Amino acid sequence: MRPTRSCRSRQTTALPSSSSISTKGQGAATGLATLVAEELDADWAQIKTEFAPADPVKYKNLAFGVQGVGGSTGLSNSYEQYRLAGATAKAMLVAAAARAWGVPANEITVKAGVVSHSGGKSATFGELAVKAAAESVPEKPTLKDPKDFVFIGKAFPRVDSKIKSTGAAKFTIDHQFDDMLVATIVRAPTFGATVASFDASEAEKIKGVVKVLQVPRGVAVLATNTWAALRGQSALKVTWDDSKAEKRSSDAIVAAYKAKLDTPGLKARQDGDVEAGFKAATKVIETDFEFPYLAHAPMEPMDCVVRYDGKSAEIWAGSQMQTIDHGAACAVLGLKPEAVQLHTVWAGGSFGRRAVGDAHMVREACDIAKAYGKPVPIKVVWSREDDMKGGYYRPIYVHRIKAGLDKDGNIIAWLHRIVGQSIVTGTPFESVMLKDGIDGTSVEGASTLPYAIPNLQVELHSEKVGVPVLWWRSVGATHTAHATEHMIDILAKETGKDPVDFRLGMLKNHPRHAGVLKLAAEKAGWLSGKPADGKMRGVALHESFSSYVANVADVSLNADGSVKVERVICAIDCGVAVNPDVVAAQMEGGLGYGLGAALKGAITMKDGVIEQSNFDGYDVLRMSEMPKVEVYIVASAEAPTGVGEPGTPVVTRRCQRPAEWHGRAHNHSADEQAEVQRPIVTQDAVTADVCLDAASAIDLDGDAGDEAARGVGEKQRGVGNVGRL
Amino acid sequence: MATTFTLNGEKRTVEVDPDTPLLWVLRDELKLTGTKFGCGAALCGACTVHIDGEAVRSCQTQASDVEGRVVTTIEGVTGDVAAAVQAAWIKLDVVQCGYCQSGQVMSAVGLLSQNPKPTDEDIDKAMDGNICRCATYKRIRAAIHEAAKSLPG
Ligand code: FES
Ligand code: FES
Repeated sequence: MRPTRSCRSRQTTALPSSSSISTKGQGAATGLATLVAEELDADWAQIKTEFAPADPVKYKNLAFGVQGVGGSTGLSNSYEQYRLAGATAKAMLVAAAARAWGVPANEITVKAGVVSHSGGKSATFGELAVKAAAESVPEKPTLKDPKDFVFIGKAFPRVDSKIKSTGAAKFTIDHQFDDMLVATIVRAPTFGATVASFDASEAEKIKGVVKVLQVPRGVAVLATNTWAALRGQSALKVTWDDSKAEKRSSDAIVAAYKAKLDTPGLKARQDGDVEAGFKAATKVIETDFEFPYLAHAPMEPMDCVVRYDGKSAEIWAGSQMQTIDHGAACAVLGLKPEAVQLHTVWAGGSFGRRAVGDAHMVREACDIAKAYGKPVPIKVVWSREDDMKGGYYRPIYVHRIKAGLDKDGNIIAWLHRIVGQSIVTGTPFESVMLKDGIDGTSVEGASTLPYAIPNLQVELHSEKVGVPVLWWRSVGATHTAHATEHMIDILAKETGKDPVDFRLGMLKNHPRHAGVLKLAAEKAGWLSGKPADGKMRGVALHESFSSYVANVADVSLNADGSVKVERVICAIDCGVAVNPDVVAAQMEGGLGYGLGAALKGAITMKDGVIEQSNFDGYDVLRMSEMPKVEVYIVASAEAPTGVGEPGTPVVTRRCQRPAEWHGRAHNHSADEQAEVQRPIVTQDAVTADVCLDAASAIDLDGDAGDEAARGVGEKQRGVGNVGRL
Repeated sequence: MATTFTLNGEKRTVEVDPDTPLLWVLRDELKLTGTKFGCGAALCGACTVHIDGEAVRSCQTQASDVEGRVVTTIEGVTGDVAAAVQAAWIKLDVVQCGYCQSGQVMSAVGLLSQNPKPTDEDIDKAMDGNICRCATYKRIRAAIHEAAKSLPG
């Protein structure tokens, strides 16, 4: 009988551990290999990884019931699965050795990839693999006691460092076949428009262009090489019917959302009685927050390769939702599941972008293959412009938080109203993820606010907009972490309390939140000193994907008034850190990703047309803007939780400060500023709060000050802790 | 039209329109896919190669520009500097998704070839044109300093 858990052995000393999830750079292959190696007692040098084919039964993600990865579930989901796989294989290797050598199994030990008996006999895994495969699979293999771990918790090298430092890793776009055609698609300039007519005459004149075809999502140009396909795309003239398209501007959408802030929404959480809380409050403060569309802009633009011969198909993609992508291919091509093979290959980043419920990348490749009808491989390539204008953004959100303080400065009422567009409505995730009309991804982080506030209510309005939206690294936390942490800071200042103490005072029942906050504060020297002259310091805390992150950031202003984040001290509690160096890398990257959104680009729409098309209009974080980062991991025996996303949370576009706050913020001496102006920083949130505080640090009186605050606020984008999808 | 140049130490001749970007000549004609497409507009650095030893963006270099010149891609970059850079990249586990890293390595080799002991400001200047969406910047910076340590200055 063959081992059925997702671990295969070959008759070599290399042990392929087939990874059932895709990897977009988050070290998942390394993490999963670590789990297998641990229980196998393998030698690290023996570990090789390969991607598993799409097979929803064998490789499903326990949280989604499909093979896919998102929500930072890759490793947390697999912790047991992969350890069991390793333990199973080890038990079978031991049984095979015992049988071959005629000795009792309990006299056999396994260490560093070698099976040996006290009598002197020994063999490598490779030598025993075939025999081991004939052994029966143990029902319940024993897992190691964590104190005996050799690999888990140690910084073992990534398995993909070499191939990715030498140009050898093969991404979807790198696939080449002799008879392959490259396809580009002219897609609608406004979301929801359809092709009225097209004129291919100019495109067809371009050398290398072989065919122009209409497909459901636009008009495709097929060519013998990428350059011809791109030129053909520019030369094609398409007339669109935009009668059903979304033609609003993003400003108009924001204005419509803001109007909704005045009316009650669906309740996502209700503790105590907020109205009574506000009546009892001695002071009430209200702040609105706006968050723009954000593009994921992974370094490898969207792409997909398909080969279809009428009876079967093969697909190559950096798929993040294999079951859905595979199903879509079967549906479009009218093939049985067994006739379609989906190969998951290295993905040049995703941040959520490649985890799509409508499988549109795979779907349009299959549409083209079907329409073309010849059995040649076709590679669909998106230009950066296609990618950036193509939708699937982090949705626009508008928040209002109204908080009431009692005479001792305690928060006794908190009303948080959120207006936005649901990510899951109309997708295969709707049935599982939409509960009582509430999309949990719109409110997570707000509805899970850990602070002890007796009267607390969170409400949601989900609006219909014709722009496709999607999860963007850390999902709800991209906006909720920013809004909530920013508000907490405003209140801390209002009450004259230290922002760390103020938070800790409300976290008595949340030791893991308090733990990371204390650790970050301690490592940053929060108590022992002020930051250097001209620098400000802020703190933020957020839980996402069951991981807890606190950041302390030191921030200064550049000569032009823009914000420079100089240093971030990050503390994370993600349960057992399977590979601490991968955890640190994810925190660094998540933070940079969030910071880019907070300080740099936003996606805007004018009359339905996206205004940005490349990295000039939508700039992202660059080398000179990356702060120094130190990551500290809380020692823990809890099951591992996500790290891909929890580093990213908070981005705001325009924050209105409460009038009273302006009144208090102006005219501080430099010294007082250092004390009073402590910008907020969440792991991802490093920013907007920082900008605001920085704005008030240079604030003046009255209207001018208001403008100054707004001017800097314009540059803000909230991003929460890093890490989902 | 035929264009002849030295690619990774070998003479190569390609039949392409003279205005075809070098990026697509390398990737599609010569099947060297280590050089990546990220923006097509000199905004991201993913397509960085060396021409006569200098780091340039191949998406904005036309085939006719490299006639008679020496082109080096990630597949063919060799020498002490390249070896030091790639060793540092592996030692510090710089990569995440890896898609930008060919360009990062080529830019870093270009920098260290001209300036074997770069300061942080030098690194900012030389590397700001290379986007990494995974934000591996901290480790790229550390790896450049690490590589510099092993090079004679
Ligand atoms: S692809 Fe050449 S700089 Fe981006
Ligand atoms: S490693 Fe992913 S873009 Fe740089």
